Amino acid sequence: MAAAIEVRDLEKSYGPVDAVRGLSFSVEQGEVFGLLGPNGAGKTTTVEILEGYRKRTGGNVSVLGHDPEVRDRRLQERLGIVLQSSGFYPQATVREAVANTSKAYSRPRDVEETIDLVGLADKADARTAELSGGQRRRLDLALALIGDPELVFLDEPTTGFDPAARRTAWNAVRNLRGLGMTVLLTTHYLDEAQELADRVAIVKDGRIVAQGPPSELGPEQARYRVSYLSSGRRVEHQTDDPTDLLHRLTSDALARGERLDGLEVSRPTLEDVYLELTAE
Amino acid sequence: MSAAALTWEQFRFERKLFWRNPTAAFFNFVLPLLLLFLIATAFSSEGEELDTLIPGIAGMSVMATTFTALAYVLVYRREEGILKRVRGTPMPAASYLGGMIGSAVLNALLQILLVIGIGHFVYGVDWPADWLLVGAFSLLGVVCFGSLGIAFAHAIPNVDSGPAWVNAVFLPLIFISGVFYSADDLPGFLKAIAEALPLKHLIDGLSAGIVGGGEDTLAAAAVVGGWTAVGLLLAVRFFRWS
Repeated sequence: MAAAIEVRDLEKSYGPVDAVRGLSFSVEQGEVFGLLGPNGAGKTTTVEILEGYRKRTGGNVSVLGHDPEVRDRRLQERLGIVLQSSGFYPQATVREAVANTSKAYSRPRDVEETIDLVGLADKADARTAELSGGQRRRLDLALALIGDPELVFLDEPTTGFDPAARRTAWNAVRNLRGLGMTVLLTTHYLDEAQELADRVAIVKDGRIVAQGPPSELGPEQARYRVSYLSSGRRVEHQTDDPTDLLHRLTSDALARGERLDGLEVSRPTLEDVYLELTAE
Repeated sequence: MSAAALTWEQFRFERKLFWRNPTAAFFNFVLPLLLLFLIATAFSSEGEELDTLIPGIAGMSVMATTFTALAYVLVYRREEGILKRVRGTPMPAASYLGGMIGSAVLNALLQILLVIGIGHFVYGVDWPADWLLVGAFSLLGVVCFGSLGIAFAHAIPNVDSGPAWVNAVFLPLIFISGVFYSADDLPGFLKAIAEALPLKHLIDGLSAGIVGGGEDTLAAAAVVGGWTAVGLLLAVRFFRWS
């Protein structure tokens, strides 16, 4: 099966500023892929090139088999785009906004069902100007889903949300996977990438510095920590191979007839990896 | 859906939104008529003055419903990210903009009819001498000021400064272009500026159709047509979705 998104050596500069410097990654169909990185890392630039809003300076890009730089209705039919920020017609109701957008697609989803899917059923008759921040974000999602897309772009979908709203949004993204959609998500929240993404690429200064499933990103990139208490003080070792270190520590302790109090072995978390890789 | 059907859908959607926006409805429809009533009453206008005022208000209405309205709407939608969102859907640009512009054109034509109707029924002005000429200049006028409004929106940096930019053009122009009094009475340098700009010539053309008589309609059409070409060129050349 062909990849939904294929990016090779992507480059983008704005005048003298290089925003993206040779990015490569691919997103498989049905996968939730996360671009994770600090603000200004080049995530939004990359996504907007894939969405067809910006022209690349170099490299190759394929989105569902199309070059997004060449505007083609047939490609837009298959994409759902949630931008970082965009408004609505303030005089339209939620239902009217969704119905108006549905007209542009040849095989749209049902309007009511889509409003229900994002949890706005009780706001369907409200003017968009009356919606709260979280409700506006859900309408963003409804407008992106109304065309029944194969591939959905979510650019920082929960920035500025309170914890409860983030949980709701995360469930919505999990629903997309359930509907068989491919999702490309950008975020600067680690836990978000860890919760939602099948695979993550960590972006820094326009380059990918690590890539893989969140659970596997650890070992290669950062070291295991082994620690224990010795005379009331915690001693910590870092190692790439905890088996050997543990063997030495425990046999030394046994030979001395001591116990290794408070022994802990911790795998590096994605947070450790992230902080190490994105440190200035 | 075909591009033509999508244009029609967008047009109907625009009509729905327009009537729910009291500010827009006021500036498009009520303000020009209010000025007509106030000036006609304050100066107890009759005869020749009304022959100036009616085509003048009709011309001003064309500018308010197309130039002013489209500049506001485009800047708002661009700065709010609405245009960018539309750009990410399969909606053809021509259908979207066509529906939006079509709505403004309908407002302009309705308002011209309203002004002529009020002139006839309230102030006893005769029906237009030449309906065809009125129609021709109305169409030319909406294309001219519509394209200039879209072009002007490209220069307006944000929503907050929109009214200042638009009124900086609109207000001086209506005062020198013979909306309220004949532009022929103006001092030379103001008259020269008015002659170079399209509104006075649109009003001359409408006047020839409504009142009949002396103006050189071909010369007037040429000036409005020239500005239309400039407007269309700039509107297309510098269009941006975000």
